[in-house]
Amino acid sequence: MKHTLSVLVENKPGVLARVAELFARRGFNIDSLAVGTTDRPDISRMTIVVDVAEHSLEQVRKQLHKLINVIEIVDLDPETSVARELVLAKVKVDKDTRSEVIEIVDIFRGNIVDVSPESIIVEVTGSSQKLQAFEDLVRPYGIKELVRTGKVALPRGK
Amino acid sequence: MQLKMTGAQALVRSLEEEGVEILFGIPGGVLLPVFDVLYDSPIRKVLTRHEQGAAHAADGYARATGRVGVCMATSGPGATNLVTGIANAYMDSIPLVAITGQVATNLIGTDAFQEADTTGITMPIVKHNYLVKDPADIPDVVQEAFYIARTGRPGPVLIDLPVDVSRGELQYRRREHPVLPGYKPTLKGHKKQIRMAARAILEARNPVIYAGGGVITSGASAELRKLAEENGIPVTHTLMGKGAFPESHPLSMGMLGMHGTRCANYAMCEADLIVAVGARFDDRITGKLSEFAPKARVIHIDVDPAEIGKNVRAHIPIVGDARQVLKDLNAAIREMRSEVRTPDRSEWNALIEGWKKKYPLNYDRDSGTLKPQYVVERIHALTRGEAIVCTEVGQNQMWAAQYYKVESPRRFISSGGLGTMGFGLPASIGAQLGRPGEVVFDIAGDGSVQMTIQELATAVLEGAPVKVAILNNGYLGMVRQWQQLFYHGKYSCSCLERERTPDFVLLAEAYGAKGIRVKDPEMVDQAILEALETPCPVLIDFWVDPEENVYPMVAPGAPLYDMIGDLLYPVEKVHPEKAEEPFL
Repeated sequence: MKHTLSVLVENKPGVLARVAELFARRGFNIDSLAVGTTDRPDISRMTIVVDVAEHSLEQVRKQLHKLINVIEIVDLDPETSVARELVLAKVKVDKDTRSEVIEIVDIFRGNIVDVSPESIIVEVTGSSQKLQAFEDLVRPYGIKELVRTGKVALPRGK
Repeated sequence: MQLKMTGAQALVRSLEEEGVEILFGIPGGVLLPVFDVLYDSPIRKVLTRHEQGAAHAADGYARATGRVGVCMATSGPGATNLVTGIANAYMDSIPLVAITGQVATNLIGTDAFQEADTTGITMPIVKHNYLVKDPADIPDVVQEAFYIARTGRPGPVLIDLPVDVSRGELQYRRREHPVLPGYKPTLKGHKKQIRMAARAILEARNPVIYAGGGVITSGASAELRKLAEENGIPVTHTLMGKGAFPESHPLSMGMLGMHGTRCANYAMCEADLIVAVGARFDDRITGKLSEFAPKARVIHIDVDPAEIGKNVRAHIPIVGDARQVLKDLNAAIREMRSEVRTPDRSEWNALIEGWKKKYPLNYDRDSGTLKPQYVVERIHALTRGEAIVCTEVGQNQMWAAQYYKVESPRRFISSGGLGTMGFGLPASIGAQLGRPGEVVFDIAGDGSVQMTIQELATAVLEGAPVKVAILNNGYLGMVRQWQQLFYHGKYSCSCLERERTPDFVLLAEAYGAKGIRVKDPEMVDQAILEALETPCPVLIDFWVDPEENVYPMVAPGAPLYDMIGDLLYPVEKVHPEKAEEPFL
């Protein structure tokens, strides 16, 4: 079962290595990991998606908590949180397919961020499911390269 | 008040502020600025002969005194030589601060001479570590390191110090308190949980206390004793918990687990309530996990929340410091005693008494040969059970644990979690220097002791009159025992050929220690007494029965109740089918 952990950490060198090492050593699988600064420059937020059973999730959280630089861990409930991911996809196009692809991009409220004669680069944000749907729709045209950021998330309200 | 000084001066000043009285280490290129300053510091410097020895000595010092042990090593190989000792301290939750030199910051990452990624290498085996890049950070880092090492669940903290940072300058100032927003160990147990635990204890028919090293770490022995005595609950301890509860106490069942007593292991199997205090349900304790304590509800008291529910489900988890929690628990029990009806426990007590009488630890006392167990028993008798006993790892360790009964905490020092051969000798030096008035014995094996034998030089020069009792069977004894029991007697690479090498007596004398050899059981007492009377380090080479085994034994992967070996001599009943998952 997938869980999204929102982890506040001190913005210090080596913190990412500590977290990654912990997951590796304890045999926990990371689905995705996104890290960036918060409104406070001394604190970063990691959004980690792990695929573990309930029992192991408890261990993941407790072991993470033991890292001195980890300040807070929240297990985000999909019901009460918002999560977004961003994808950049370089899609093959020619003069016949370009407008079709652009139409799909519009439906997904994506942006075209680069255009060349053989391809366009598209930026789409949304839930993981939405990005998956987008990917599936443009795949027949040919995806030359693709990158996803991994999920970032925040709890709703308050 | 602000003072301008170098990084090295700030480091030494900070160590002095932390109350460090002794450190163990070896200098090297990038540590020279630090050792230059240390020269003039009142801190005692103990030059070991190998960095592993420094780490174990600091560890032994910490275990014997309850203070933070400090070790130092230079960059690269110095630091990597510390790694075993740091991992050892981590596994046994020992407060240690390791300081390593590092190449200059502008050389880091260039594969410079004697460069190793020390913080990277040690990350999985420390509670925390630091790579200091600015001399101004040194006072805070040292303060934080000591605070982290000794609080909560203690553990090793490493500080990696590049040489230019040692040489750089700073304005020294020391904070009142370390600033660690992500580190707040829970010390006080949850009130409701404690009341639940109190009720469970009062209502239990067959309760058992299972005490681990955490009892010793937190100084909870007196509260543990109250819990046991006021409620008449039998106590078993782990290897790390030896000394947490007096072994001569009528409620003590001795050690449990792979080489524990039948009584303790049977009690775990039959208990309806296990009160685990500062213990972590290690595989050497539980045996086959799926058959562990099938009838018991578990109260698990531990300062580390990650230990709770890791291996065994806790029905009543209590996160907190063992002493604090036990104090509150004892108070809660007293308060609730009149409201809760405690079932009749006479049947349980009789059962336990019966097991104790029927299955005492024993060995063949009439063989006429020199038995290792006998040597340990005599050391126990002639030191009145009051020595500080360090051990190596393997058979010697288990015999020491079985036959050297300990009455109080911090008197049994052994590498529990990591199982580090070579730990005992340097640890005994650290323990002796930390508690100079005590008799310190290292109960050793001939295999283990050779892994750090060079520290005899340290013992001689530092005036640490440790007594090394080698139970010399000419084998890597525990390996040989497993090969005999589970690998059809093929002694592959486990024979050390004691007849040919080394001559431990000559070796001891080469180092300036005293060497005594004993082959005859009649001579055991005399040798021990002579060692006790000698004011310098003594090594006694006891040539014991080479194929003696440690019994009883729970074969790896077998359930706790399935113990072998102690009821018949020689042992013919072995279970090779249980060796499916050998994990020695």
